[in-house]
Amino acid sequence: MDGTMILEWLIKSLILILTMTVGFAYVTLYERKLLARIQVRIGPNRAGPFGVLQPVADGIKLIFKEELTPTNADKLIFILAPVLTVIPALIIGAVVPWGTEVSIFGRVVKLYLADINIGVLYLMAVTSISVYGLALAGWSSNNKYATLGGLRAMAQMISYELALGFAMIVPVMMAGSMSLVDIVESQKSIWFAVVQPLAFVIYFIAALAEINRSPFDMPEAEQELTAGYHTEYSGMKFALFFMAEYIKMIAISMIGASLFLGGYRGPFIDLYPALGPLYLFIKVVVILFVIIWIRATLPRIRYDRLMQFGWKILFPLALLNVFITAVVLVWAGG
Amino acid sequence: MTETRNIEISELRHLVSERALEGETMLLNMGPQHPATHGVLRLMLELDGEEVVNCIPDIGFLHTGVEKDMESKIYQKAEVMTDRLDYLNPIGNNLVFCLAVEKLADLDVPARAQGIRVILAELTRLSSHLLWLGTSGLDVGAMSLFLYTMREREIIQDIFELCSGQRMMTTYVRPGGLWRDIPVEFEGAVRSFIEIMPRRIEEYESLLNENPIFLERTAGIGVLTYENALRWGATGPIARASGVALDIRKAMPYMGYEQYDFDIPTRAEGDVLARYLVRVAEMRESLKIIRQALDKLPYGPVNSNNRKYVPPPRSEIGVSMEALIHHFKLWTEGFTIPKGAIYAAAESPRGELGVYLESDGGSKPYRIHYRTPSFAALQLMPLLAKGHFVADLVAIIASIDIVLGDTDR
Repeated sequence: MDGTMILEWLIKSLILILTMTVGFAYVTLYERKLLARIQVRIGPNRAGPFGVLQPVADGIKLIFKEELTPTNADKLIFILAPVLTVIPALIIGAVVPWGTEVSIFGRVVKLYLADINIGVLYLMAVTSISVYGLALAGWSSNNKYATLGGLRAMAQMISYELALGFAMIVPVMMAGSMSLVDIVESQKSIWFAVVQPLAFVIYFIAALAEINRSPFDMPEAEQELTAGYHTEYSGMKFALFFMAEYIKMIAISMIGASLFLGGYRGPFIDLYPALGPLYLFIKVVVILFVIIWIRATLPRIRYDRLMQFGWKILFPLALLNVFITAVVLVWAGG
Repeated sequence: MTETRNIEISELRHLVSERALEGETMLLNMGPQHPATHGVLRLMLELDGEEVVNCIPDIGFLHTGVEKDMESKIYQKAEVMTDRLDYLNPIGNNLVFCLAVEKLADLDVPARAQGIRVILAELTRLSSHLLWLGTSGLDVGAMSLFLYTMREREIIQDIFELCSGQRMMTTYVRPGGLWRDIPVEFEGAVRSFIEIMPRRIEEYESLLNENPIFLERTAGIGVLTYENALRWGATGPIARASGVALDIRKAMPYMGYEQYDFDIPTRAEGDVLARYLVRVAEMRESLKIIRQALDKLPYGPVNSNNRKYVPPPRSEIGVSMEALIHHFKLWTEGFTIPKGAIYAAAESPRGELGVYLESDGGSKPYRIHYRTPSFAALQLMPLLAKGHFVADLVAIIASIDIVLGDTDR
């Protein structure tokens, strides 16, 4: 542990945070463009060539918006809620590996921030925190729609966390390690999504529910609850919720890619380790495409159906899958 | 002057359940500004968790006093206001107003004008149903459908613009006929539209009909029984989705609807899904009617030659003294209608749209009243919503296809 080591960590953290925030900005553009294409529209094309400056314009607009706080809101919690939502979203990415090792200026740099031996557990723990933000936002706004949205968010996340957890356990069992680097490395020969398609599908569905994306966007169901838990938020506070949602989208795509789609691994990765981030990027973009595509196509599931689906179908299936995997692993491993 | 009266809170007591007093249920004000209330409808909800215990619609936010205002306008000017009632069915509103005037004045409408009126009325029905389909898709969260239906609706709007110069508030149908004949491009535009439309309807259906989420959201939701449909005066697609095969076009044919071959699609279930299926089937029937009407559209004048009601063509004014007098009289004091009262009805996209017109022999209506389908449909809300979730409530509002301009007038 020397000074350069700390400097390296700092730089890597900074890059990570910047990637996530810039990524957020451009995922919104990506989504709008893609939705527009699906819906026979043009999408944003005014700010900059092909609308590339649109996120910047949106950001500037949101910064200068008046921030309203409802009269009877619980002020402290009202301000705390978006912060509580966005920070977990930002730090999820810390354990996701971007590649193996590259040498920059003669120094071997690992392309991940932290390779902790409880990586998957860390992911589970951090993703769960953000639900507090949503619930508190709904409750502190002193608005009935927001309260309903917050309650929905809580119920939904609790029910889907279990299925999500069981789906994430499967790659852990296959790799025999909770470290994401080890999990990615053990997909050298074949992706876990191929060996464990059910776990991958369950992961994907539960993750959609976890980040409140369509068709599970109940907490912010526009037509029912106006905007759900962030009804009363405006300006940058609203932007923080928005940011959390999109960063979580990127995060679950990154995690999904790492756990099931071989993460940074791809052709010639052993020869050119610098290709790692590129492969990960491509996989994330593909997963994001599917998420947005689903949003454009499917109607919203009703709230009670969602709970039923989570508890009665997804959770038992995930459990069964874990059980079978365990039996097969033990049997095969002797 | 209106009389104001203080209302005791106890007088409103019956509107909520006992549990609301103990704070066990939540009172929620949905609207008048809410993305899913299709205009400025206010619903006062009593919720148990997310379940609707009571639903009280509160209307009047879009009240414009059109009916009263018409009494101070000559018939030609009063008609312009009818466009604004049900803003998704402007030609239908014109049509039913003209039907009443023509009935009372005993005016004959030439066959060509009747044919064109039928084509335009059916196009309006399609356009209204398209907007309904898109927004009700949006209400259950299927967002792309809205843009697909708007794409097709745009074609219809263009056709309206082609013949009347206006996209929505056309006032194209006039007492005794039409404003003027359709342009030559009209037939081609309509034909190419009815050519592509069946495929587009299939496209919408492919997004919804077998989508398990959509079926789950609509089947068995907001059921209206046959008896209740009759009892509550439901008409149009709502009644037909409950098994009441009532269609004014068949029951009391007007504008020569009896010469066209079309079916009345009905369903027995009476739920949101049934109303969706009925409306989609109706779109196909409308296309059938348009095709037939186009095929047998005769040539000839589009206006009655009764100069007491219909202004003379421009060419006559320069050469005929009578024409000049008629022109002057019609545009200054309007035409007069014999004393009497009449009820005329037409099938609007939402159901039976009726006009009660009373004339005192003058050039302005003495009393005019619209029987609007949205008004009758909206009173079903408490009945349909009870026991369902807030999410279903949104689907139910969408399924009864209310237009607040039509409700409040």
